[in-house]
Amino acid sequence: MIEDEDIAILLNDLFDIYGYDFTRYSKASLKRRIIRLCALDKIPSYAELRYRVRTDETYFKRFVEEITVNVTEMFRDPSFYKSLREDILPVLGTKPFIRIWHAGCSTGEEVYSMAILLKEANLLRKSLLYATDLNPSVLEKVRKGIFPLNQMKQYSESYIASGGIHDFSMYYTAHYGQAKFDKELAEKIIISTHNLVSDSSFNEFDLILCRNVLIYFDKELQDRVLKLFDESLGTLGYLALGTKETLKFSAVQSKFRQLNREKIWKKII
Amino acid sequence: MEENHLKNSCRALLIGGSAGSLQVLFNLFPAIKPDFTFAVIIVLHRRNSGDSALSELLSTKTLAHTLEAEDKDPILPGKFYLAPADYHLLIEKNGTFSLDYSEKVNFSRPSIDVTFESAAEIYGPSLVGMLLSGANEDGTKGLLTIKKMGGKTVVQNPETAQMPFMPQHAISHHAADYIYNIIEMADFINNLR
Ligand SMILES: C[S@@+](CC[C@H](N)C(=O)[O-])C[C@H]1O[C@@H](n2cnc3c(N)ncnc32)[C@H](O)[C@@H]1O
Repeated sequence: MIEDEDIAILLNDLFDIYGYDFTRYSKASLKRRIIRLCALDKIPSYAELRYRVRTDETYFKRFVEEITVNVTEMFRDPSFYKSLREDILPVLGTKPFIRIWHAGCSTGEEVYSMAILLKEANLLRKSLLYATDLNPSVLEKVRKGIFPLNQMKQYSESYIASGGIHDFSMYYTAHYGQAKFDKELAEKIIISTHNLVSDSSFNEFDLILCRNVLIYFDKELQDRVLKLFDESLGTLGYLALGTKETLKFSAVQSKFRQLNREKIWKKII
Repeated sequence: MEENHLKNSCRALLIGGSAGSLQVLFNLFPAIKPDFTFAVIIVLHRRNSGDSALSELLSTKTLAHTLEAEDKDPILPGKFYLAPADYHLLIEKNGTFSLDYSEKVNFSRPSIDVTFESAAEIYGPSLVGMLLSGANEDGTKGLLTIKKMGGKTVVQNPETAQMPFMPQHAISHHAADYIYNIIEMADFINNLR
């Protein structure tokens, strides 16, 4: 049994030794993930866990990977992608150059979905997709652009529901149970680690997507990160959040207007 | 019904259900007096996304405020909260909800076990867990955790369930303090303090 105080001590260690600050993450989720990790790795006690995280940097990396949630999908919430296709890309298309930031992109399914949308709108040539996450290991998967083949049926259905009109399988080649996505899509993806808690704005974007990341933060951290996005958006830029996340009640709320039923806001000042 | 009073006063009632449990809720909701003094948190397995209409549908069956739980919302007494589709629903120590998009548990997101275990940790003996009809193993572990932390558990009588597997599974694993039909469940809830 791991007590709340133990977790607090562990989080302090992470900050002191490695500079990662998880103190404003959802406690309920962290605790669940830590208990799950101890069961997975057969770690008998909290003391043992603390020792390993403190002394073994490789294990520390695994620890961070496992306490953060990396689950993701291509074309998750098709109506969201449909709105990107119909409402956002036509506006972005009038610009000479399009910069998009996927913050907390995990293994990149969302980034490749976006690259497909851009390609179909004939905008990929003049776009750059910045894919960032806290975990270097998930970014390695973005780089490869290889996803499990057994997911493709569902992704293909979501793609069609998002307004896609092609045969989804034209975007990848199947190989030993894996789907390797077209090189052309990856060419416009720029990959970098970025910690939303401690790193600052690094460019000005026309569209920022940060979906299903804020739910793991407490209100105050959510607010701070939303400010970071505000600073990183050009005038009339767009911010897209997960279906259960909102700008409402945040400090930057008054600078944005929600577009439609999807969680997409336009920066108005 | 003296026996169903918790040692500590009830702060939350959790209801978990899968296939065949929507009908139970439609019958149960009007039978629950709307002046209850705890939060009712409902975790239902349902089709992916989109059907936020469900909380509106349920709200037509009761005078109590019925809403979908939102991330970081405070959990207030006297309300029915419904777990949103495709997220796990967690309870924070400070009395708020958190949503979580991690792996499915028992092939389900939201998973009943996940919310029950999270709530048991926070509410301890001030919690009641209720498990309804379903064709899945979800809920049993959660009920056992609630019991372990001193809370009480109620399971729908499998004979009255459209899908008896889920309640039967809980009963076989000794997760049920009480086994009730719908009328008995309503009675139990109306006597909770
Ligand atoms: C549930 S995934 C979301 C993936 C994708 N955006 C989606 O909605 O499907 C959450 C991601 O946020 C990342 N993350 C968590 N804390 C972070 C932080 N402080 N900075 C950057 N990324 C973070 C995790 O590593 C994980 O990959």
